[in-house]
Amino acid sequence: MRLGTSMFCRFAVAAVAVLAVAVAPLAAQDFEPNRLSDGKPDLNGIWQALNEANYDLELHMARAAMQLREGPHGPLPAAEVLNFGAVGSVPPGMGVIKGGGKIPYTDEALAKRNDNQANWSTRDQEVFCYLPGVPRATYMPQPFQIFHSENAVFIAYQYAGAVRDIYMEELKPSQVDSWMGTSYGRWEGDTLVVDVSGLLAKDCAEREGDMPGCGGWLDRSGNHYSNQLHVEERYTLVGPNHMHYEATLTDPMTYTEPWTIEMPLYRRMEPNARLMDFRCVEFVEELMYGEYRRNPLPRMRLVD
Amino acid sequence: MLDRRLIAFGAVVLAGAVAPSAAAGDEEIPRTPSGRPDISGHYDVGTLTPLVRPQAFGDNLYLTREEADRIAEEERKRMQAEAQVSDPNREAPPEGGDGSPGAAGNVGGYNAFWIDRGTDAFEVDGRFRTSIIIDPKNGRHPPLTDAARERFAARRGFFRANTGEAWWLEREGPGPYDDPELRPLAERCLLGFSSTGGPPMLPALYNNLKRIVQTEDHVMILVEMVHDARVVRIGGEHVPASERRWMGDSIGWWEGDTLVVDTTNFADRPALRSATRDLHVVERFTPMGRDHLRYEFTVEDPNVWTAPWSGEYAWPRSDALLYEYACHEGNYALGNIMRGARLLEEDALAAAGATDSGE
Repeated sequence: MRLGTSMFCRFAVAAVAVLAVAVAPLAAQDFEPNRLSDGKPDLNGIWQALNEANYDLELHMARAAMQLREGPHGPLPAAEVLNFGAVGSVPPGMGVIKGGGKIPYTDEALAKRNDNQANWSTRDQEVFCYLPGVPRATYMPQPFQIFHSENAVFIAYQYAGAVRDIYMEELKPSQVDSWMGTSYGRWEGDTLVVDVSGLLAKDCAEREGDMPGCGGWLDRSGNHYSNQLHVEERYTLVGPNHMHYEATLTDPMTYTEPWTIEMPLYRRMEPNARLMDFRCVEFVEELMYGEYRRNPLPRMRLVD
Repeated sequence: MLDRRLIAFGAVVLAGAVAPSAAAGDEEIPRTPSGRPDISGHYDVGTLTPLVRPQAFGDNLYLTREEADRIAEEERKRMQAEAQVSDPNREAPPEGGDGSPGAAGNVGGYNAFWIDRGTDAFEVDGRFRTSIIIDPKNGRHPPLTDAARERFAARRGFFRANTGEAWWLEREGPGPYDDPELRPLAERCLLGFSSTGGPPMLPALYNNLKRIVQTEDHVMILVEMVHDARVVRIGGEHVPASERRWMGDSIGWWEGDTLVVDTTNFADRPALRSATRDLHVVERFTPMGRDHLRYEFTVEDPNVWTAPWSGEYAWPRSDALLYEYACHEGNYALGNIMRGARLLEEDALAAAGATDSGE
């Protein structure tokens, strides 16, 4: 089929429009979203990030594995992850930090990040199917569903069945810490702004013995926060099937200044799109409890 | 007679709750902008009325007001007694527990701080109930199929109270602590116990809150225990038969002011005790005035019961918010249960060795 001029032009215009949205989401102010009866943009749907943020929030080159060790000619996959081959490598990512650059860690926190990265397989809460925290839940490589009505905003994540009830009321201090934190939402124009605090950040490295529960990592590269973290998230529809997502992280225990990540979120377009079961608790039983079976299966023993 | 019935009532109860006001009737119910009943909000479904009716009540579905008052009073006294401050100078319990079912026994653990099964029997249409099950008429499960009977007979004795000894070593076949897969789903943090998430969603010993968020095409029911979110697709069709889910696949539709939810496609071990992957549950949520829902359900599983069975109870609205129930993140128990069993086995083998060498 011959591509007609007008069709080509339309394609070109569409491409430019898409590019414009991707590069400058806030420029898409002409977009008129579907609205609920109270006039708020309708955020209902199944959404997903499509990026490499869960590997590493910072701009990064591809690397051989999520956990590396020194080799004779440079870094090589650590023994713990060797068998995964290319499947266990880290795809490159342009980074999701607003304005580029790196996470403004304190010196101490940066050292901890680097140490975390070298010990990924025993410290990342994702390895143990622990709840992902915020904002990591947003860019886990699995869909999440927003339930939005005139009286509620609720997010259910496929990963580990994590959930958040966004209280649409005045911000209050969280009464008690939790893995997914306490969320208060408000509207600034057509943007849903969510304040999240009360996030647990128990370092997996500081667990004693078989004490369960740890978290506070932002990605598989060991980027982290403390329980003083405050997250301000911003959800803005920029098209019928796209949202612009931003999260500003403020944590004086860990960072020298607030910093922001941003990324598009995409609507899952399959007509039968739905959350499915990802109860990874079952999948980590062998890792966590396998050695306590009456007849344990063979386990790979790593030599130091 | 009254006393014995009430004692049976209290003893069988495994769940907790609150009596909604008799209200209902013509009282206006909240509605969404599109005119559907608005069932969104929080509910505390705990009730002292048990799922299964104590036999002493026979076919009697109703408690008298006096019986209901008595049950509430007994529970109040029991909780008050359990909430007494412990004697700080008391002796430590003996090693291995004192054999009682309490905190000093095997294993015990849940004291009054945890238990939250409500304060009363529940009321429907202004009358207190003897059981949640209403069909069969005796308020008890229908007879098991022959196959289910055989299956359960084969498993008899597999789960026992902890005696502090590795008794399973003297038994053919696997022991109950051999593998995590043999442990109850709630112990593994895969699903809550007592079918709290269901379906059918039944009252439990504690953590009876439900959070409902309703949109035009979905109803999301968050179950407090294990933060399980049930997503009901309104007007949808069931997923393909090969897609199985721990809580089944739920689709819903409105019949007048009643939300009907149909659930199939269960994984091999549904939350409902004894049920199989062929479980089929139909639930009906009907707002009764502003203060509570009537929750009805019918259960079918041809692998287990010879007939369908049905129940109903009240879901009173609550002001309480849910706190994150991070079960897996706090699961000290499963690892310790497994390790404990291995230690008991070592003890048994050491004792056997000592006996051998002594002879």
